[in-house]
Amino acid sequence: MIHTIASSFDDIENRSILDLGCGCGMLSIGCVMLGAGSVVGVDIDPDALDTCQQNLEDFEMDNVDLINASVEEAGLLFRNKFDVVVMNPPFGTKHNKGLDMKFLETALKLASRSVYSLHKTSTRDHVLKKAQSWGAKPQVVAELRYDLPATYKHHTKASVDINVDFIRFAVS
Amino acid sequence: MKLLTHNMLTSKAIKQVNTGYPLLIEARDVKVSEVEFNPEFIAKIIPKVDWDCLRRAAEQLGHLDKIPASVPDTYENQQEFLKQAHHVLLEIELINGDLVCPESNRKFPVTDGIPNMLLREDEI
Repeated sequence: MIHTIASSFDDIENRSILDLGCGCGMLSIGCVMLGAGSVVGVDIDPDALDTCQQNLEDFEMDNVDLINASVEEAGLLFRNKFDVVVMNPPFGTKHNKGLDMKFLETALKLASRSVYSLHKTSTRDHVLKKAQSWGAKPQVVAELRYDLPATYKHHTKASVDINVDFIRFAVS
Repeated sequence: MKLLTHNMLTSKAIKQVNTGYPLLIEARDVKVSEVEFNPEFIAKIIPKVDWDCLRRAAEQLGHLDKIPASVPDTYENQQEFLKQAHHVLLEIELINGDLVCPESNRKFPVTDGIPNMLLREDEI
């Protein structure tokens, strides 16, 4: 995912990047590996951030700063915009419906060039329409298929196939 | 937390706060590390940096001597200046301490380099 962002769109090298909802930092690490200028990772979960920090040390990454904050605070947290926002938001299916749209709305406010995000293909029309109403120009870069094994208590199947859109939202 | 990040942070998400910038730093543990110097990136972000805020932050971390007083006009071509800016922005980190909102005095703890900016429900 980061490789496409870097090579097709020149949105990684020397750019200031925000990883919104960074979790354990996989996207952030990818960004640093491909030459990001600076990366800030924001997540609401302090345990995820601890894991993230451990991962950063393991990969010897020294240009990522982490902040413990929620998406609600993130919108007003920064004085400037970042060049690019990358994110893999919670899909908002069980207890947090619509959360991925909240992420998108905030991300669009914090980026000066573009936002890259993943959303369930089944919600594509809604996502594209909303993004346009917020002033962005969306482009579905790829459609991905994940075979996700059960990870939470409320997952009843052993694994599930879901189709996910990888979307670039141009802001400028 | 690097000073480049601190330079961007505000406490504006708090209900009655107008600007929430800059956040004061009460430092307990500060670390200096080595980060790869990327002059192109530094030249790009200089225009976005609030230099006074950066100076005050460096002072609060006890590193005022490392930072030039102001940004020279032709900074893009001055390697020495860019190197100093790189050092202050990316190599000096606050590990433990507090960030303080200048309007409400609300403290945000920084632990292991990570600031906790989570607000309570009554603060938003």
